[in-house]
Amino acid sequence: MDFEVIYTYLPYYAEAFLLTIKIGWIGIVISFVLGIVAAFIQHFKIPFFNVLVKGYVEFFRNTPLLVQLFFLYFGLPKIGIMISAQVCGAVGLGLLGGSYMAESIRSGLDAVPPSQSESAYALGMKRSLIFKEVILPQAVSISVPGIVANIIFLLKETSVFSAISLMDLMFTAKDLIGLYYNTTECLFMLVVAYCIMLLPVSFMGSIVEKKSRMKIFGGKRGI
Amino acid sequence: MGFEVILKGKNIFRLLAGLGVALKISLISVLISLLLGIIIGILMAMNRPVINVVTGIYLEVVRIMPQMVLLFIVYFGATKALGLHISAEASAVIVFSFWGTAEMADLVRGALVSIPTIQYESSLALGFHMIQIYVYIIIPQIIRRLIPLSINLITRMIKTTSLVMMIGIVEVLKVGQQIIEANRKSSPDAAFGVFATILLLYFLVCWPISCLAKHLEKKWEN
Repeated sequence: MDFEVIYTYLPYYAEAFLLTIKIGWIGIVISFVLGIVAAFIQHFKIPFFNVLVKGYVEFFRNTPLLVQLFFLYFGLPKIGIMISAQVCGAVGLGLLGGSYMAESIRSGLDAVPPSQSESAYALGMKRSLIFKEVILPQAVSISVPGIVANIIFLLKETSVFSAISLMDLMFTAKDLIGLYYNTTECLFMLVVAYCIMLLPVSFMGSIVEKKSRMKIFGGKRGI
Repeated sequence: MGFEVILKGKNIFRLLAGLGVALKISLISVLISLLLGIIIGILMAMNRPVINVVTGIYLEVVRIMPQMVLLFIVYFGATKALGLHISAEASAVIVFSFWGTAEMADLVRGALVSIPTIQYESSLALGFHMIQIYVYIIIPQIIRRLIPLSINLITRMIKTTSLVMMIGIVEVLKVGQQIIEANRKSSPDAAFGVFATILLLYFLVCWPISCLAKHLEKKWEN
């Protein structure tokens, strides 16, 4: 391990690190929005859109991100839709993540037993109030572990971006290995960079999971 | 729109053969992961401090390291650092088994832990000995929980094998790229058709498996 090499490469990695994080989190925000919309459509069984969302979720959950990105980046321009690599990465990640988020959020909404909303209705609560005060807090708590896992999964999936020549961490590492052949140092820095990116998320995730468990009905006993 | 390229010559068969390569790698990795995952999962459920620390680190590594990084470490790093040459296919199998074993072990541990202690105690009180408890009471329950989850692991493994093209294995995506290159002049729009077809192929492989997993999960819920 040559630390001088590491020092020389640091600026390249820092730049790639920031780009990866930026696109990763933009993708996660998109996926969150998409996921919430899709989950609500499925939960309330809104006609027509329901089928559409089901198709979307099934399709994106059952195809690899790499192929989706290739289709978006190399395929779509052939029918006249041009997008830059960065937009393509964020949108691709968002679409993939949306289908995963939709499943997690929907399973949370569906997991609250109907007897609870019926009881709340019998107590004279309005539908909107029931949703806000009874269903939502519990659904969120149940969804949280899935959502945290999805965020980690999506941040990991950003490593695929190098295939569409986005200058992310993976691309930089591959590039530097190809140029200077300092394989050990490059791979070491890559691992460290991913640790810096994901360890805090993983750590925060477990804290949030523990906190949210309290909000589930009878949650202290665990579910 | 580039779909005509697919039907030209033997292109469709070449794509399917490429898909076969990806499926073969994922099947071998799944088998290894199932076997090792069950063993490590049982070890984890024993709840011994040393084992817990080691497996905890192992699971966290798998949880935060992208498979692509692991692929690069094994394929490029091992050659440089240890001086041994591992073929691309072998490194893919090593990495995916490493990843799948962790996932499987966690599932097995979860399933084992979910069986209440009272069941072991009651069976002991009824005069079963340890082997009988496992064979007649614990394992049948665990299998019902594990089969749908391990089927899901298969689809995830298949999706992840698309990464192997990055270390130079000629699988369906690489074949697709070759077809696009070869037909650059005659059909410049081939990229759309070819990648759409590959997306569809992956969907057709993974979707039925996901449906099966979902169906079994529902069927064995109680």
